[in-house]
Order: sequence, then C-alpha cells, then structure tokens
Amino acid sequence: MTLLRDATVVLRRQVRLNLRNPAWVLLGVAQPILYLVLFAPLLGPIADQIGVENAYTFFVPGLVVQMGLFGALYVGFNLLAEWREGVVEAERVTPASRGALLLGRLGRDVLQLGIQCLILVGAGYVMGMDAPVAGALAGVGIALLLGAAGSALSNAVALRTRSEEVMAPLVNVVTMPVLLLSGILLPMTLGPGWLRTVSDVMPVRHVVDAVRDVFSGTPSAPTVGLGVGVTCAMLVAGLTVGVLAFRREDA
Amino acid sequence: MIQTRDLRMSFDSGRGRRRRTVEAVRGIDLDIGRGEIVGLLGPNGAGKTTTLRILSTLLRPTSGEVLVCGRDVRADPREVRRRLGYVSQGGSTSRRARAGDEATDRGMLYGLTRRAARTRARDLFDRLDLGDLWDRPAGSLSGGQRRRLEIATALVHDPELVVLDEPTTGLDPQSRANLWDHIRDLRASRGATVLVTTHYLDEADALSDRLVVVDHGSVVATGTSEDLKADLDDDVLTVRLADPADAGRAALCAGAATGDVFTPGDGVVTGPLRAGSGGLAVVVRELDRHDVAVAGLDVRRPTLDDVFLTLTGRSLRDAA
Repeated sequence: MTLLRDATVVLRRQVRLNLRNPAWVLLGVAQPILYLVLFAPLLGPIADQIGVENAYTFFVPGLVVQMGLFGALYVGFNLLAEWREGVVEAERVTPASRGALLLGRLGRDVLQLGIQCLILVGAGYVMGMDAPVAGALAGVGIALLLGAAGSALSNAVALRTRSEEVMAPLVNVVTMPVLLLSGILLPMTLGPGWLRTVSDVMPVRHVVDAVRDVFSGTPSAPTVGLGVGVTCAMLVAGLTVGVLAFRREDA
Repeated sequence: MIQTRDLRMSFDSGRGRRRRTVEAVRGIDLDIGRGEIVGLLGPNGAGKTTTLRILSTLLRPTSGEVLVCGRDVRADPREVRRRLGYVSQGGSTSRRARAGDEATDRGMLYGLTRRAARTRARDLFDRLDLGDLWDRPAGSLSGGQRRRLEIATALVHDPELVVLDEPTTGLDPQSRANLWDHIRDLRASRGATVLVTTHYLDEADALSDRLVVVDHGSVVATGTSEDLKADLDDDVLTVRLADPADAGRAALCAGAATGDVFTPGDGVVTGPLRAGSGGLAVVVRELDRHDVAVAGLDVRRPTLDDVFLTLTGRSLRDAA
C-alpha cells in the first residue's frame, strides 16, 4: 500500500534526523523523571489519606499520560522548523499521499514517546512502583495512542498558525487545565463535588483513570473501556484535522 | 507542456475591518511547448511565485484553466506532481540532514525504490558538481552548493517539466553563471521543459528562448528577448558633456535636432536615436553650433531594462 510505504519513507527520514541529535529524547524524559524523584516522595507519607497503597503505583501512570500527551503537543514546533526550511512544501509537491506525510511524523513521535515512557516506567520500578509488567505495557500503549492524537493535533495547529509565537501560548493554555483537572498529580476524588464534575468532562481524566487502572493489575472493564474509547475518539479527531492541514490549499 | 487560460488567484489578507482581497494573478495566459526554456520576468510581487505555485499544485487557483503536462492541476494533481520538478525560492532541504539522504528520500517519495533513487541521486550529484558532498549536512554547504542540492532533489524522479523560482537569488556572480549552465543542461541532456522566474534581466536574457513579462498579475509582453528589444527599434544615445551645467541646454539642442525628447541627467543627456532622423551627426553638429562642448558619445542597443521601462513605466531594478 503506497500510503504505508510513503509513511515509512517519511518516518525513516525523521528518525534519522532525530538520531543525529539524541539529546532531545533525554531532555524530553527529564521533566517526568524530576516529578518522579522530587514530587512523588511527597505523596508517600500521605498515601493513606489520598487512598492509595503505593505512591509510585499511583503516580507513574499519571506521568506516563502527561508525557505522552504533553510531549506530543510540542512536536508542532518541529514541523514549523521543517516548514521554514521548505521541506513540508517540497514533500507536498511529490505524489506522496498527504496522509503519509502526517503518519510518518506521527510514527516518529510515537517511537520517541515510547522510548521515553519505557525509561520513565523503568525508573518507576527502581523507585518501588508495584505494577505487573503486562499492565504497565498496556498503560504505555494507551498513552501512546493519546500521544499520536496530540501529535496530529499539534502538527495541524503548527501548519494552521505557522507561527511559534501563536503556538507557544496556545499549547500552554491547553496543558495547564489538562494537568490540573486530569488527576495526574493527585486523585480528583479528593476534591469537592464541583471540581470532580468539571474534571468529568475533561477527556484526558478518563485516560488517566484507565492507564492507572491497568497499572494496578486489577483493571475494571468500564474504566478501561471509557478511557480507551476517549483515546480513540481523540485519535480520530486528531488524524482528521492533521490530514486536512497537510491537504489544505492543495490544487 | 503548460497551458493556462485566464488564470486568476486572489487571497484574503488582513483581518476584520482591514480585510481585503488581493488579486495576485489577474488573468494570465501561458502556452509553453515541450523542450522550451521560458523565463517569467517581473518585479517582486508581480505574481510570478503565485503562478508557479499554482502550476506545481501547491495552490488552488481561484479561477481559470490550468493544464500541466497535459493534465488538469485540479482534477489530477497527483499525475502532475509525478511529472514536475519544483525548485522553490525558499529551499527544500533540512539543515541537519545529510545531502545524499535528502535527495534519496525525495526520490523515494516519488515512488522510486531506494536503489533507483540512490543511483539517480548519485548521478545528479556528479552532474551538478556535488560529487563529494553526499555525506555532508545540507546546512554546511555554501549557497551555490545548497541551491544545486535543491535542484538535484527536485530532479531525482526525472521530471518532464522543471519549474524554478528565482534559482539564483542570493548567489555570487560566478555561482549564478555556473547554475545557468546547469539549467541549460536540463534541456540539452534530458529534453526537459524549463520554466524559470527571475527579476534579473541578464539572467532572463542568458537563459531563456522566450520571455513572458508579467507585472501586477498579468502578462504585459511575450517573445524572445531579441523580439522584445526589436520592438524598441531606436538605439539609445548618451552624450557626455564637458560642462555638466550645459545639460539643460544640450537636451534642448539634441531634441531640436532629432525631433525627439532628450532627458538631461548628471552631466549627460540621453535620448532615442531614431533610424532616419539623421542620427548622430545632426546632434553633434547642433551641439557644436551652440558651443556645447562634448566629452564623449555612447550609442547602444536597448536592453531588457529599457523594454521593461517602456512596458510598465518603471525600471525593473527600482521595482525589485
């Protein structure tokens, strides 16, 4: 299938470029590791009060989602740099499908996020996280689907705005409420009723719940189903706007 | 190879109350045959790049018919893309990527196998004097090398039609002349049709069989550069004066002698030398009679710059 073939060509080029500068992979994982080392220990003493047995088993899944989504939301800056160099336009004058130009880049992002998630989960085990390996891998899988959605959205926004100055505050405006309302740092069940209601309409909260559930080793079908469903819906929406952005203005 | 009828393109620019429609292309008709090298000449903002982007399927025209390589760019963009090589003004390679990889990857996006793409790219590197730069990051190449690399990446799929947008802008004179040779070679060795935009007159003159002069989004003249110059059949006479203060008086004398308008300049007067007006001798005699001392004379054939001035009322250099 030419779509997959072309996407592979794009993916290989992107991975090659990333490998020329592997420091970015480590920089991307630095922030979650800092959270893990400097914030998670604060949760230890209050674990009982917030209703969790092991602070790390609670906290690592949230960080995995945070990295999957937030890491992905910044990839648009990459695309803007490519756009300024004329690469996006040069690829658009080839007969390659517009979807392949997006998919190849998503592939790179998922690959990179996957490596970062595995580093993070490994660090979690070192700190004393208690989670079955299969559950942890499933959780990473869900986070990566969410990451693909975020990356597609970020690429679309980059091609739409074509401006770093517009994009930077936009990404911030999105990430702050997501971080606060998704229960990444603390369980939303601690909050008052109104805060819980607000967080209920925050799609990412259900993804965090699902990932946390599979990490626990005793997943419940409704929680996981809702989380995976929300993730897939976001992925479809992201891919749609992403492909449209690459097609825009085409003759 | 290229046929457009009443091609139009307008953009909305600005927002809210300042929103207005900019007509970048206002009814351009082009007919370019196989194997031609055609120069699209005009000042910045004349609509050259917009026209090229429409031909390359990057922009959807507002209206008009556009056939490229026998295919409608709107109905069949993919077939057009297969046959066309586009060298954009702003570059097409990533600073960080290796030169050889960029060319190979681009070829693979055109459907070539990796082996075929690499073979083609190697061949083009040799032709374009990029032979030993294969492993170098594109960002480390000189301006001329980078431009040749971008031409190579646009040619890996052996296109029938090559479209280049101001390929020599920002290059030193030596690199420009070198690039002209390579552009001419596209047709000589591969039979490609070439459309190249430029706002350099010498470039248009040196490169193309035929020129299409555009200004404000429409075609103002077409023809060979000789044709265009022949339309201005008057030679241009410049008289250098021993005393710059004589300029006004000298212009009147020369005008009276030839019946044409002579313009006084900085120590010179310039005007047309019409065939059959008695020419040079009359002017000199008239100046002598009025005791205007002449320091030198220069008669030259009109240049494309004069053509452009006549067609648009402004100099190409001022406009650019």
